[in-house]
Amino acid sequence: MPEPLLELRALDAYYEDFQALFGISLEVAAGEVIAVIGANGAGKSTLLNSIAGAMPSRPDAIVFEGRPIGDLPAHAVVAQGIALVPEGRRLFPSLTVEENLLIGAQLRRPGPWNLVRVYELFPALAERRRMGATALSGGQQQMAAIGRALMSNPKLLLCDEISLGLAPIVVRDLYARLPSIVAEGSAVVVVEQDIVQALKAAKRVCCLQEGRVALTGLSTALTREAISAAYFGT
Amino acid sequence: MQWLNVIIQGVLVGGLYAVFAAGLALIFGVMRLVNIAHGDLIVLAAYLALVATETLGINPLTAILVVVPVMGAVGYGLQRGLLNRTLGDDLLPPLLVTFGLSIIIQNGLLELFTADSRRLAAGAIEVESFPLIEGISIGVLPLLQFAAAVTVIGGLQVLFYRTALGRAFRATSDDPAVAQLMGLDNRHVFALAMAISLCVVAVAGVLLAIRTNFDPAIGPARLIFGFEAVIIGGLGSMWGTFAGGIILGVAQAIGAQINPGWQVLAGHIAFLIILALRPEGLFPKVQG
Repeated sequence: MPEPLLELRALDAYYEDFQALFGISLEVAAGEVIAVIGANGAGKSTLLNSIAGAMPSRPDAIVFEGRPIGDLPAHAVVAQGIALVPEGRRLFPSLTVEENLLIGAQLRRPGPWNLVRVYELFPALAERRRMGATALSGGQQQMAAIGRALMSNPKLLLCDEISLGLAPIVVRDLYARLPSIVAEGSAVVVVEQDIVQALKAAKRVCCLQEGRVALTGLSTALTREAISAAYFGT
Repeated sequence: MQWLNVIIQGVLVGGLYAVFAAGLALIFGVMRLVNIAHGDLIVLAAYLALVATETLGINPLTAILVVVPVMGAVGYGLQRGLLNRTLGDDLLPPLLVTFGLSIIIQNGLLELFTADSRRLAAGAIEVESFPLIEGISIGVLPLLQFAAAVTVIGGLQVLFYRTALGRAFRATSDDPAVAQLMGLDNRHVFALAMAISLCVVAVAGVLLAIRTNFDPAIGPARLIFGFEAVIIGGLGSMWGTFAGGIILGVAQAIGAQINPGWQVLAGHIAFLIILALRPEGLFPKVQG
């Protein structure tokens, strides 16, 4: 078996005295789409923030392309090739759409993604490139947030709750672009509340429950009952 | 006619106040740091210019070329080595540390240069002037200083809105945590902002040193003028800060014309009136 792109080895995470993740072990292969599901407070966002370096971890708890990166700060993790689409989009409000995208390209990592390609993927952004980021609709803001992350040409894209606050039709539209992103060689980890959407988008699913991995498996192989049990702990 | 002259002279001084204010506005905008030592750093730059002209035998205006890079380097080091450690959710630590820095700079300068007031001599250019219209003359030096102020403010505006570094400054100002996730190292971005702020301080210090006498104790008053200009202008753009400086300069000139003792008071009154009527300043930042 080839070396995984990302390997989590007994990852713990803490907020002050509160422990949010307990010994998470998970592997993500290059070019793979994996969904992380779980109830509110299960630790999904904490998991992504830990990988992205926004929260400190034990160095060898997160291994990327064979290198321990758990103790790297966020800006150095991006340089390694991991980009996060943060929960709630968090575009820079005083920047235009295009400036938001260009901030993502700050490190000039080489790769398939640039302004032209991002605008091809999301034509709605091209028409609004000079507008302030806050003038966009929710769905367009999510496109801009994904585009901004892609501009760093990540080998691993982390998407935190893309569907948050968006209409189902908009969410379907966003997920329809996912294959084009994977086709360019990025592996994708999606954190998703919407289980049906998650199972459809990802080949593999990991279900968290109260900071622990409750279930992992191929989306096609998991029964509703198994997922429900892992989700609610019944 | 006399009042027109007063207003013109006020506008020309206002340019200098705008330069005092620009450096303050820049770092407050990028990292919410209020630099109490700002005025003393201006005075430090003035003394650096003095030393440069005396030891190298150069013209004060040429000294800008030496003082600007030195102060820029000081700014980067100061931010990286000291001020970055004070930044956080609490506004108080950077206030206290820069207050301490202010005292250290004042007393250091006092120790090195004594309390005697000093001045940079720019030569014949100091007294040259040309008649604008009948009865109103404009000094060449004040006009040059005003031109320098416009150049500095315009340059900062371009830097902020037309360059990659300016984009990084605005992004970090909006959301430092997400800026980190995009590969921006806040410590480096903040240090660059302070470096540029102190480059502007260097220009302000040299202009001040040519214009008036200075001694180690005049820093805090420059800080107040800078603050007032920032607040009058609002934090929307560098041109707002520029307008704030001009308004302060004109108010002071009008006050001085009425009674020489009212110069500074008139500036404070103009500031208080604007603060009462438009607390967000004349050109506030548009909220996203």
